[in-house]
Amino acid sequence: MAKYLLLKHYRGGPAPVTDVPMDQWTPEEVSAHVQYMRDFIARLESTGEFVDTQSLSPEGTFVRYDGEGRPPVTDGPFAETKDLIAGWLVIDVDGYERALELAGELSAAPGAGGKPIHEWLEVRPFMCELPTITD
Amino acid sequence: MDESLLRTLTPTVIGVLVRRGADFASAEDAVQDALVEAVRVWPDDLPGDPKGWLITVAWRKFLDAARADTSRRHREVRVEAEPVPGPGEAVDDTLQLYFLCAHPSLTPASAVALTLRAVGGLTTRQIARAYLVPEATMAQRISRAKRTVSSVRFNRPGNVVTVLRVLYLVFNEGHGGDVDPAAEAIRLCRRLFALTGEPEVAGLLALMLLHHARRASRTGPGGRLVPLAEQDRSRWDTHLIAEGVAILQAALAQDRLGEYQAQAAIAALHADAPSTSETDWVQIVEWYDELLLLTGSPVVRLNRAVAVGEADGPRAGLAALAEVSPDLPRYAAVRAYLLERTGDLERAAALYAEASRAATSVQERDHLTREAARVRQLLQT
Repeated sequence: MAKYLLLKHYRGGPAPVTDVPMDQWTPEEVSAHVQYMRDFIARLESTGEFVDTQSLSPEGTFVRYDGEGRPPVTDGPFAETKDLIAGWLVIDVDGYERALELAGELSAAPGAGGKPIHEWLEVRPFMCELPTITD
Repeated sequence: MDESLLRTLTPTVIGVLVRRGADFASAEDAVQDALVEAVRVWPDDLPGDPKGWLITVAWRKFLDAARADTSRRHREVRVEAEPVPGPGEAVDDTLQLYFLCAHPSLTPASAVALTLRAVGGLTTRQIARAYLVPEATMAQRISRAKRTVSSVRFNRPGNVVTVLRVLYLVFNEGHGGDVDPAAEAIRLCRRLFALTGEPEVAGLLALMLLHHARRASRTGPGGRLVPLAEQDRSRWDTHLIAEGVAILQAALAQDRLGEYQAQAAIAALHADAPSTSETDWVQIVEWYDELLLLTGSPVVRLNRAVAVGEADGPRAGLAALAEVSPDLPRYAAVRAYLLERTGDLERAAALYAEASRAATSVQERDHLTREAARVRQLLQT
């Protein structure tokens, strides 16, 4: 088994295939999209491949240490940040092929006009734990 | 086996051990161990006196742990095997436990966890699942909390307001797993009310019951959020509503108003109405005025603007909203709602979209996105 992170981006991926913002879909299309996501997660749970999923709010801040006794420095939020993560799904699957297959399914969630949104998802393998037998 | 019986007995048994001389942290550990044993043994052999059984087993666990501890430290065993029952054993110490677990030296998250374990009798695992954190994290949080309150004297009366804040958090922010935190909060609040009779405890209990009554109608297909105006009111639990209203009325009759009673009064007016349009919004605005005097909370001011919008029209609502800081979460959503009612669909749609980006939960975000989509559709027709 291997764990993969499926990253959703608000922006920062390759050029989107469809770019109708969600608030310009019909309410039914929004509902259908949400339902597709829920069903997808439920299916992963039933196959024993689901680990975790979270959504992130779009507002973020950069923070860094600024020396002894001083409060941390903050910077942002940046409206123009190139890469903005929207959320993630962690799966535990047989291998890379399966991770790609699942990412493809997730990317086919319906959007405006009920057609797949073809959303770009970033697939990242987790660094694994050191195996017991190393030689 | 009746797990709720076990949970009900938990605080009493901890109280007995503390009265016999155990420190709170060790007593709490011993009782958890005894609960685990009860879950194992009781299904085959339910004792005639469950409380007596738990006290005996918990005390033995405490002694075993104390002995192991003292022998580790090469000290002589100071705890006698046959304890002298404390004089106050007849007194129910549950109230003291409530105060201890909500002690002001604890962070809210720690107070919530400790209350659920020591007063509620939940396991660390159950609490961890309710707050979506790993079990080891929750175990640490609880043991740190116990260390924090270890020097607090057990028989010192506390402030019931701190306890209410903790129970409110349990009700509002727990998420489930195999126990229902909302139901658990109601159970603990009910018991606290029986112990104190305070009108504000009654107020919080009524508030919880009135919100719990609407629970089934608050989510639609696919877990989607259904706002009050669209809820199927035939699905509201009329027994819970009747109980909540009765408890609230008795509390209000004592003429010692507090924020929970005022919030419950607003919930009761909603529960009482057959629809949004038949709701007594004028009275709701009056209760928000009371609540504002009691709390001065900006969130109350925001909710009041919604009520003013219903009572006196959307323009009056927008005027009331002008006194609210736009930085508040949900400000944009409220403004969008009121603007839509004035007919300004263009700005309403844009604000709903803006509100969805500022939403703090997925359900709320999806709901606001749908609202933006709905208003945009109205614009196009």
